[in-house]
Amino acid sequence: MTTISSAEPTRRDFLYIATSAVGAVGVAAVAYPLIAQMNPDASTVAAGAPVEVDLAPIAEGQVIKVFWRKKPIFISHRSKKEIEEAQNVNVATLPDPQPDSARIKAGHDQWLVAIGICTHLGCIPLAHQGDYGGWFCPCHGSQYDTSGRIRRGPAPANLAIPPYEFVSDTKIRIGESQPAKA
Amino acid sequence: MSGHSTYQPQSAFMKWMERRLPLASFVHSSFVAYPTPRNLNYWWTFGGILTFLLGAQIVTGIVLAMHYTPHVDHAFNSVETIMRDVKFGWLLRYLHSNGASMFFLAAYIHMFRGLYYGSYKEPREVLWILGVILILLMIITGFMGYVLPWGQMSFWAATVITNLFSAIPVIGESVVTWLWGGYAVDNPTLNRFYALHYLLPFVIVGVVVLHVWALHMVGQNNPTGIEPQSEKDTVAFTPYATIKDGFLLSVFLILLAWFVFYIPNYLGHSDNYIPANPSVTPTHIVPEWYYLPFYAILRAIPSKLGGVIALAGSIIVLAFLPWLDTSKVRSARYRPLYRQFFWLFVITCIGLGWLGSKPAEGGYVIAARVLTAYYFLYFLVILPILGRIETPKPLPRSISEDVLKSKGAAVAVLALALGIGALVGNSAPAAAAESEQPPKLKWSFAGPIGKFDRAQIQRGFKVYREVCQVCHGMTLLSFRNLAEEGGPGFSRQQVEAVAAEYQITDGPNEQGEMFERPGLPADRFPRPWKNENEARARYNAVPPDLSVIAKARGYERGFPWFVMDLFSQYQEHGVDYIAALLKGYENAPQGVTVPQGNFYNKYFPGNALAMPPPLTDGRVEYTDGSPQTVDQYSKDTAAFLMWAAEPHLEARKRMGLQVFVFLIVLAGLLYLTKKKVWHEVEAPSERARGQRPVQGAP
Repeated sequence: MTTISSAEPTRRDFLYIATSAVGAVGVAAVAYPLIAQMNPDASTVAAGAPVEVDLAPIAEGQVIKVFWRKKPIFISHRSKKEIEEAQNVNVATLPDPQPDSARIKAGHDQWLVAIGICTHLGCIPLAHQGDYGGWFCPCHGSQYDTSGRIRRGPAPANLAIPPYEFVSDTKIRIGESQPAKA
Repeated sequence: MSGHSTYQPQSAFMKWMERRLPLASFVHSSFVAYPTPRNLNYWWTFGGILTFLLGAQIVTGIVLAMHYTPHVDHAFNSVETIMRDVKFGWLLRYLHSNGASMFFLAAYIHMFRGLYYGSYKEPREVLWILGVILILLMIITGFMGYVLPWGQMSFWAATVITNLFSAIPVIGESVVTWLWGGYAVDNPTLNRFYALHYLLPFVIVGVVVLHVWALHMVGQNNPTGIEPQSEKDTVAFTPYATIKDGFLLSVFLILLAWFVFYIPNYLGHSDNYIPANPSVTPTHIVPEWYYLPFYAILRAIPSKLGGVIALAGSIIVLAFLPWLDTSKVRSARYRPLYRQFFWLFVITCIGLGWLGSKPAEGGYVIAARVLTAYYFLYFLVILPILGRIETPKPLPRSISEDVLKSKGAAVAVLALALGIGALVGNSAPAAAAESEQPPKLKWSFAGPIGKFDRAQIQRGFKVYREVCQVCHGMTLLSFRNLAEEGGPGFSRQQVEAVAAEYQITDGPNEQGEMFERPGLPADRFPRPWKNENEARARYNAVPPDLSVIAKARGYERGFPWFVMDLFSQYQEHGVDYIAALLKGYENAPQGVTVPQGNFYNKYFPGNALAMPPPLTDGRVEYTDGSPQTVDQYSKDTAAFLMWAAEPHLEARKRMGLQVFVFLIVLAGLLYLTKKKVWHEVEAPSERARGQRPVQGAP
C-alpha cells in the first residue's frame, strides 16, 4: 500500500529490533510470576518443618505410618529375624543394590524409617505382605523386603529414606533441621 | 471487508495447510491486510486495549482461582493467603482487582467514543447491540467477582444486588431465594457466584468474537463518519493500526501500573478488608466506582420497582440507540447541536457517578433525579427530535480529503482517563462526618520508594505484645513472617524464641484430646479468646482481629482531597486513623453522654469506643532510646500494623519502580516506531509516492 522510504535503513531497523526486544523482555518478565505462583506457597513450605516421633510405643514387629510434608513415613520396628533377612542378602543380585547398613542409622538396626511411597507410581505399599516379608504394593505388584528394598515388580528403586536423626534412643526427628528455602 | 485475502502461502506445508484449514489466510485477511480508515484517532485504540485487558483478566483470574477457596469460612483467609504467602500473589491479585477497574474505564471510553462519532448507526446496529450485551456481561461478572473476597462490602453488595430482583411483582421473593440457594446470602450463593464468575468471562470472549466479526463485516467507523471510498482512504491493519494500538496500550499500562504498585487499594473500600458479617451492615455502603452512575439512578426513583426498572432501563435503552437517533449524519463533528447535548450527557454520567457515592439524602437526591431525567431524555426525546431539526455542517467528500487533526489525542485520552478515575473513584467511607479528621502524619513507608523503619516496627511489635494482644488476635500473621524480607527483620532464632512464648492448641493426641504446646515459626498469632461470645462476655465487645486492620480502617477524605490522593499516592489513611485513635481519648464534651462501659474518642465514628485507653506514658519500655510516650507508642503501633496488613509493601514498591522504567522505555520505543511506520502515510514524500502530498496533510 505504502512504500516505506529506504533512507536510513540501519536506524529504522535498529528501532524495530529494539522495540521488539524490549517487548519480548516484557513478555518474559510477565511470564515469570505466572509460572512461579504454582510452586508451594510460603505457608506450605513453613508447614513442612521437621516432626518428632516417639518410638517407645512401637512394639517389635510393628510398622506405623506417620506423616511428614504430607508424605507417609513407615517406621518399622524390625524383629531379629527381619534384621537378619535384611542383612543376609547378596547385595549384588538386587535390582537397586544397597546394603541394609546404608538404609538405617548405625546402632539402631531395629529401626527402619522409609518414605512409604512405591517408587513405581506413588501408591502406598502394604506392610508384612509379599514374598519377602516386607511390603507389597497393591497397585502394580512391586515387592519390597524388610529393608524396604525393591525385590520384584515394576518399581525401579528402593523405598526412599527421608532425612532424619535420633534425638534420643526412643525419639527421632524427621526432616532437615533447617527447612528448605521458600 | 474481510472478504478476499491477498495471502499467498509460501512454504509447501502452508500450501498443504491452506487447502485444509485456511487459518493463516483468515488471520492475514482479518488482522494484517484488513483495511482500516487512515484517519482513525487514538480513541479508536480502546478496542485493542479492551481485548488485551480481557485476556489479562482471564489469565490473572485463572491463576487466582488456583489459590482461592469458595467457602464462607475460608474465602476471606484464602484471599489473604494469596496476598501473603503465594509467590507474587499480591501482584496477581492487585492486577486482577485494579485490572477490573481499568477494564471498565476502557469500556466506558470505548462507548463514549461510539456515541460521539455515531458508530451505532446503520449498518453497525448489530455491532453496537453486541457491545451493549458485552457491557451487561461485564457488569454481572465484575459484581460476582467483587463478592468472592467475602469481606463486608462483598457480602452486602451481594445482598443488595440480589434483592433488586425482589422488586419483581408476585415472583420476586421466590426468584431471590432461588438466586441465593438459601434463606439469605450464604455459602451456596458464594459457590454459584464463583462458578459463574469463572464461566462468564468465556461467554464474554464468545461475544467479543461476534463483535469483531460484525465489525469486520461492516468496517470501522471513523472520525468523519463517512465510509472509505477508495484505497487512498484506508491503510492496512498491520502495521498501521497494530502499532498505534500497541503504543496507546503501553501508555494505558502505565496508568494500570500506577494503581497496582502505588495505590492498589485506592479504588477499593476499606470495609472489604473486614470479613463478612451477616449481622452488621456497614454504615455507608457504595458499589465500586464503575457502578456508581447506575446506583445513583436506582436511588433517584422513590419507588422500589421503579428504581429497578430505571436501573435496568438505563442499560437497555442503549440497545435501541440506533433507532432513537434519527440523524443520518454519524460524526458529532458535523452536528453542532448534538455535540452540545453529547457533552452534557458525559457530564451527566460523571455527575451521576459522584452522586452515587454520596448518601441518598437532601440535595443529593434532587440532583440525582435531575440528572436521571436528563439521562433518559437524552435518549428518548432529544436524540429523536434532534435528527429532524438540526442542520449538519457540510461533510467532506472523502476521508483522504479530511485532515488528521487530533495530534494531542494520547494526552487527551490519558487526561480523561485520570479525570474520570478521579471524579468517580471515591475513597473509603469509614468515619462518620461528626468525628474529627485524623492528622496526616509522615511515614517512612509512604510514597513511591517508601520503606518500613525496622526499628519502628520492632518497637510497634513490642507494644503489640505487651498491650494490644491482651485483647486482640492477629490470626493471619505467622511468627515466621517476623523474619521475612521487608518486615521487622528478626533473626530465625529470635522468631523461634517469640513463637515458643505462645501456647498453641494442637491435637487431638492418641487419647483423642486437644493439648497445648509451645508455638513454632509456622504457627499463627493466636487470639486470646475462644470465640466471639466469650470475647463479648469478657470485654463488652469483640476486639477486632488486627491482621489487616491498617487496611480495614480509614476515614472519608472528601473532595478535592481524594483527587489529589490519586497523584500524591496517599494510601496511609488507615495508619493515620489508628495512630490518631490510640491517642484520641478525651473527656466527653459538655452535653455528650457516653454509654456505660464506653470511652469518648474524638476520632472514632460515633465517638463512643468500647476499648479503654490502651496506652499511658512509660507503659512499654523501649531499649533504643525512643521517647516512651503515648504519641510515640501510637505511631509505632500503627506502623507495625501497616506492615502486618501489607507485608509485601516494600517488594511492591520496588517492583513498581522497575515496571515504570520498563514501561516508559517501551512506550517511548513504541511511539518512535509508530512515528516511523506512519511517517509515509502522514507526510508522503514526493519521491516515495511520485505525486503531490495529499491535500491538507501537514
